[in-house]
Amino acid sequence: MKTDFKTNIKAIIARAYVRVVAGNREPSWVISETVLPLISTAAFVYVYKALNAPEEFTGFVVLGGAMSAYWMTVLWSMAAQFYWEKEIGNLDLYMIAPISRMSILLGMASGGFVYASVRAGSVFLLGSLIFKIDFGVIDFGRLFLIFILCQFALFGLGMLFSSLFMIYGREAWHGVSLFQEPVYLLSGFYFPVKSLGFTLALTASLIPLTLGLDGMRQLAFKKGVEMGFLNINLEIGILAFLCVFFMVASHYALQFMENLGKKTGRLTLRWQ
Amino acid sequence: MLSDFAVETLDLCRSFKLKKAKKENNDGLVTALDNVSLTIRKGELFGLLGPNGAGKTTLIKILSTLLLPTSGKALVDGIDVVRHPEKVRKRINMVTGGETSGYGILTVRETLWMFSQFYGIPTRIVRERIDHMLKLLDMEKFARTKIGKLSSGMRQKMNIIRGFICDPEILFLDEPTLGLDVQISRDVRKYIKRWVKENTKKTVLLTTHYMAEADELCDRLAIIDQGKVLICDSPSNLKKSLKRDAVFHIEVGLLTDGLDRFKAVSGVKSFAYEHRHHLGRTLLKFILEDDSVISNVTGTLSQNGSKIITLSKVEPTLEDVFVSLVGKGLEQ
Ligand SMILES: Nc1ncnc2c1ncn2[C@@H]1O[C@H](COP(=O)(O)OP(=O)(O)OP(=O)(O)O)[C@@H](O)[C@H]1O
Ligand SMILES: [Mg+2]
Repeated sequence: MKTDFKTNIKAIIARAYVRVVAGNREPSWVISETVLPLISTAAFVYVYKALNAPEEFTGFVVLGGAMSAYWMTVLWSMAAQFYWEKEIGNLDLYMIAPISRMSILLGMASGGFVYASVRAGSVFLLGSLIFKIDFGVIDFGRLFLIFILCQFALFGLGMLFSSLFMIYGREAWHGVSLFQEPVYLLSGFYFPVKSLGFTLALTASLIPLTLGLDGMRQLAFKKGVEMGFLNINLEIGILAFLCVFFMVASHYALQFMENLGKKTGRLTLRWQ
Repeated sequence: MLSDFAVETLDLCRSFKLKKAKKENNDGLVTALDNVSLTIRKGELFGLLGPNGAGKTTLIKILSTLLLPTSGKALVDGIDVVRHPEKVRKRINMVTGGETSGYGILTVRETLWMFSQFYGIPTRIVRERIDHMLKLLDMEKFARTKIGKLSSGMRQKMNIIRGFICDPEILFLDEPTLGLDVQISRDVRKYIKRWVKENTKKTVLLTTHYMAEADELCDRLAIIDQGKVLICDSPSNLKKSLKRDAVFHIEVGLLTDGLDRFKAVSGVKSFAYEHRHHLGRTLLKFILEDDSVISNVTGTLSQNGSKIITLSKVEPTLEDVFVSLVGKGLEQ
């Protein structure tokens, strides 16, 4: 049992390695993944400035622009990942290895988190400097907590999608691309989610980024609480629940899909 | 050690549902494996030989826990693949011909390291094994090459190393030399052979399309067609079984029409052909009841206006065994 545990840890590290080390090997990402998001962030900043929106909005937008790196990673490098791994033949090899499939997903997620953090960090730093953002952090502890919970829940969601899409073909790919833009809107990447109205904002809270962003804004800016959606502790509670829910759900989804795939023969069927 | 047998299957069946559009047969099912019962001893290099769609890959997928059988039993090292897949996985690995696994941005060394970690092998040991194996397969200078930049031959050599690196008890090789040039497939075969020889309890189950490969490598082999095992024996015994028959090869000018009529010639037990377009010739391969029947064959040829370029009586090869059982050549 102990050796099994060790092997799974090794598997997580090895799978994360691909993202962390190799993912940053080609320097071209600096342009496509830092400069480009900064440009779209800048566009929103100028719109708000032109409209004389409160000062905080600039900070909100920069935070949203930075967090979009996580969303892109979860969509393209998590949710669609198992489908892609199946196409190139890696899924077979993961499945025949004496490890939990969750280790592969966890490796993918932790590697993806580091990978996205490098990008998010760059956007955040550059954006804060260029637009001279004025932070007024109320509570560092809870700010950090909400960020971490948001990430766990978000990557949990990615793991769930990955399992669900495992045995499907291109449909999955299209499904994933359908999510990209609407979530930018629904989760309030570039404006306080409260503006969507209670029902819509609450529905959007199923996507962990919604409350994650809202909570971080409440805690990082002076007037953040006024523009916040729910009570900060409630948001923390909901995010904690989503964390557990998505992790457990992805575990079962993985088992279910693997079994279904082995029964129907779709687990290893390629190029469909 | 749990069993003397590396692999045992008993009445193993697997069928697949066809997609609606393809439902020609009334039940909409295609049978990939049909009551397959095989035993492979530990230490054997065992071959599965069969035409496209025979069920070779399906069998390997079931044994490697990627697919469930429809009925029947399959044991790997005495362990039921359906009931305890996690125990089976500790003992096996698999390499497929033309495999594109891994990540293009990783180097050969990194890729091999990554896959070895799924088996919990300490990094220090992995490093030694990688060096050793790269050397054996003459690939040292590619250790730091990104795998996206490897030629398909080098890539397949790396895949082979990946299969061996976790030192499995039983290795499944699905057409490991598919599409490789003569030199590289020779290297790969040599490596496989050496591994089985050096490790007397280790087992390889290999599928192939290449008769010569099966003949050279395998201790025993099973010929399978349409999901059924037709015969299972050592290559030399299989060839011996044809000794009493007369095997003739006749070369004629390129002949593409009406080849089926040779099957009907009296005394012909089986017939296959191979077009040699670059020479403008067709090689006709006959297995006859006895030598005297050859006159019936040449008679039919001359009736048809075909000129015989060469005619020879040959020692039966594995291919002839295949033809006599399956009723056609592998390339047909
Ligand atoms: N996942 C699947 N879904 C549906 N049908 C399948 C599936 N896998 C295999 N088959 C069918 O089962 C039969 C056996 O296929 P299999 O791949 O085992 O043959 P094979 O002997 O490996 O052939 P080849 O030499 O072409 O690799 C074929 O008719 C194939 O179409
Ligand atoms: Mg096959």
